[in-house]
Amino acid sequence: MSTTTTAVPEKLWSGGKSPFKVEYGKLMMWYFLMSDAFTFGAFLIAYGTTRFATNGWPNPNEVFRSYPFASENANAPLVFVSIMTFILIISSVTMVLAVQAGQQMNKNKVVINLILTILGGAAFLSCQAWEWNHLFHEGAWWGRNPFLNADGTQSTTNFTNFFFTITGFHGFHVFSGVIINIIMLIMTLTDKFEKRGHYLMIEKAGLYWHFVDLVWVFVFTCFYLI
Amino acid sequence: MEHTVDAEHHGGGTKEVIKVTIILSVLTVIELALGFAMMGMENGGLRLAIKGAIVILMLAKAFYIVGYFMHLKHEVKNLIMTIVVPLLLFVWFITAFLYEGNSFKHLKNTYDPYKKELSTKKAEKKEETKEIKAEEKKKAVE
Repeated sequence: MSTTTTAVPEKLWSGGKSPFKVEYGKLMMWYFLMSDAFTFGAFLIAYGTTRFATNGWPNPNEVFRSYPFASENANAPLVFVSIMTFILIISSVTMVLAVQAGQQMNKNKVVINLILTILGGAAFLSCQAWEWNHLFHEGAWWGRNPFLNADGTQSTTNFTNFFFTITGFHGFHVFSGVIINIIMLIMTLTDKFEKRGHYLMIEKAGLYWHFVDLVWVFVFTCFYLI
Repeated sequence: MEHTVDAEHHGGGTKEVIKVTIILSVLTVIELALGFAMMGMENGGLRLAIKGAIVILMLAKAFYIVGYFMHLKHEVKNLIMTIVVPLLLFVWFITAFLYEGNSFKHLKNTYDPYKKELSTKKAEKKEETKEIKAEEKKKAVE
């Protein structure tokens, strides 16, 4: 499992260097992401608790079954959301490639992959904007739930409240991620990192972007699949 | 997990990225297939089992994203521990809160029959929303 070949554990703590062998900023990014994981975790656990405490719940396959340019009676559950999921996975892959290109000091490759990542993020946000708009026109919003429970009984507004709050919080993270990536792109294009001699900043932005993808894995499963 | 020479130095390389991408895609496709299989299924043991399988696949995806894309698997053990050990609190959070939610439901259903009756009554919301929509359309026309 461990890849330490030369470093003996005691030497890591003998002072003079980071026992974690990462740069300070990256370590702090990890801790920030850990705290953010607790925030998202708290939201999702609150959702789970409410769902466990409620007798009925709407069937996600009946609620999320449309896609852009579909007729009003479209019945295609899971289709649109799986496209969104793949967009995010692919944008995560291009981010890894950007980070690796940065380690090789390959500016052009960093630029190309960052642009692809930004496009992926923008595509995901567009999908989410469409979905929110669609649900809003079906009568769903915070405090309003037009959907019935799977067994045909009256549903509570908890369903829409949790859906909009949690996907909204995630969408806000995607939005900040896109902004951060745009800043990284500008800094790369203006040779900021070339002058510094390293692309470590891209690695930190990359960590954040992967975290956004990670959270979507959980949100997607909790809201659309189960 | 076997690691290549590449993985020992930088932990990565394009090969690993491609491999992880394929794994993530396959896991997602399996999740979706299970989601489709679950449709229209009655609430019961099998449905719960499929949900459990989906959760396990979700955790596997999380492992691949954090371990390889976020590179945590190739970091020093100290760093891995400071991130992973606090996250173990989630095990207790999830167990305790879901148990609590379930218990609340049972208590409510046992001691508040009115609420229970309400929650088993079929709703007629569908027509209502249609009326609202028709009204909105009228307004839009005006």
